[in-house]
Amino acid sequence: MSKFKLGISYVILGIASFFSVFPLYYMISGATNSSIDIVRGRMVPGTYLVENFKALIANQNLGLAMANSFRNAVLMTLFTLVVCSIAGYGFEIYHDKGKDILMNILLLAMMLPFVAILIPLFKMFSSWGLVNSWVAFVLPSVSTPFMIMMFRQAARSFPEEIIDAARIDGLSELQIFFRMFVPTMKSTYGAAMTVTFMNAWNNYLWPKVIFQKNESITMPMLVANLKSGYSVDYGMLMLGVLLCTLPTAIIFLCLQKSFANGIMGAVK
Amino acid sequence: MNKNRKMSTEKRHRLVGWAFLAPAAILIFVFCFFPMFQAILLSLQSGSGDAAKWTGLSNYIRIWKDKTFWQCLFNTFFYFLVQVPIMLILALVLAQILNNPKIKGKGIFRTMIFLPCATSLVSYSMIFKSLFANDGAVNHLLMNLGLTPVNWFSDSWAARVVIVIALVWRWTGYNMVFYLAGLQNIDYSVYEASYIDGANAFQRFFKITIPLLKPTILLTAIMSTSGTLQLFDESVNLTAGGPGKSTMTLAHYIYNISFVETPKFHYAAALSVFILVMVAILSAIQMKVGDKRE
Repeated sequence: MSKFKLGISYVILGIASFFSVFPLYYMISGATNSSIDIVRGRMVPGTYLVENFKALIANQNLGLAMANSFRNAVLMTLFTLVVCSIAGYGFEIYHDKGKDILMNILLLAMMLPFVAILIPLFKMFSSWGLVNSWVAFVLPSVSTPFMIMMFRQAARSFPEEIIDAARIDGLSELQIFFRMFVPTMKSTYGAAMTVTFMNAWNNYLWPKVIFQKNESITMPMLVANLKSGYSVDYGMLMLGVLLCTLPTAIIFLCLQKSFANGIMGAVK
Repeated sequence: MNKNRKMSTEKRHRLVGWAFLAPAAILIFVFCFFPMFQAILLSLQSGSGDAAKWTGLSNYIRIWKDKTFWQCLFNTFFYFLVQVPIMLILALVLAQILNNPKIKGKGIFRTMIFLPCATSLVSYSMIFKSLFANDGAVNHLLMNLGLTPVNWFSDSWAARVVIVIALVWRWTGYNMVFYLAGLQNIDYSVYEASYIDGANAFQRFFKITIPLLKPTILLTAIMSTSGTLQLFDESVNLTAGGPGKSTMTLAHYIYNISFVETPKFHYAAALSVFILVMVAILSAIQMKVGDKRE
């Protein structure tokens, strides 16, 4: 490949990277500037961060939204990891014709648009008196075909000899799963954790429907609230956006590799 | 005796397997398939609460005459037809470049292009809302270049363009990761041989990359289709569906008629079933097209 073509490649990558990062830079710079400066076009970090933070906590219950979002996302992640990993393991290790058919049926759920089941789901949870409860948030998306596929794929590479040896040693099937499979699949669990936590943290439509009390507010809902009213305080808004993005961005940057492997793992 | 015992352990293992997957399977049936079935039933009724009556296809006939529905359908298809191809081609090109072993600093480029995925849909909607505000960064840039600023959110087409730009920004890196994984399965020597044969970049792209990545492209196309038909957060937070209803998506419309205006659950359910059918049809078409090029 000629130097010229290599040069073009770098230019394209540079432009793509710039456009990918610029809105995030704009968010950080905005969070540290006053709304007036942002409107005037200031795009370098300023010194208004503390004032924006004071305005934000005066305007919204930031602590509560953070706590709610963390609780929801952590519970969702915990339950999803347990339910989907054992299911994926069950589908693969003990597979037979019936289980393969069932898996194909479950995969159809991936095609179902969530809006299509929104109303019956809402009716279901309100008839159970679970509106505003974290249970209503967790239950509908705790088990997803995508996650089951991911663990089924991981179980495929789990050596049969280990299972046979463990059986001879007298371990029960459940013990084999918890003591042999779980510890060897750390990277798959890492990926599943990243994907689930981010999806749960970022979810907006279902929380908006099911969390109707102010006490159940989540971070994306808080951010959406900031734009209401006639004049938008851009500094405060960008700080809210930044605080909503930080937890997932940190997890993303730490577990980036496993996240990438995770979203691909299910499709290999 | 021995054979008998072996049979019974095998049977026992099968049962253990069913027990392991039962919770996950039951959850999907109760919270996905059952509500879908209920949505179909709801769509065939009218009236409120216990007074609901079977009215056959009347809700579906009503869809036909609903102007807002047609507007939202048009918007959704506009996003689908414009945004999905742009995004997938961009992702393919970037993946192709990043797959070249001569490129240095791959990790940094990949991280930067993938980074938008870390933002929540509401967050990035807000960022783009401020970027494209009347006195936002984009208009400042236009003015510095001596161009006239645009009122992005008061013109239908400009607002639609903002949504497309925002979607491309958020999802290109995500799709690129799928393609990168697919490309890693292609032996790079295939490309090296094509250099010797004198193939140019376009020929390599269309004759090697696209055919070999077909299953991955099909997967991303189906995911993007179902994602586009479900667009909600962006329509609500970036443009509030406006100006008027010119950027409103179908999901946003369903939400509005179920939870914002006087609830019309039955009609909303009919619209939901409509989306489901569309996702199914479009995915089937894509699978057919994907197969034909074999």
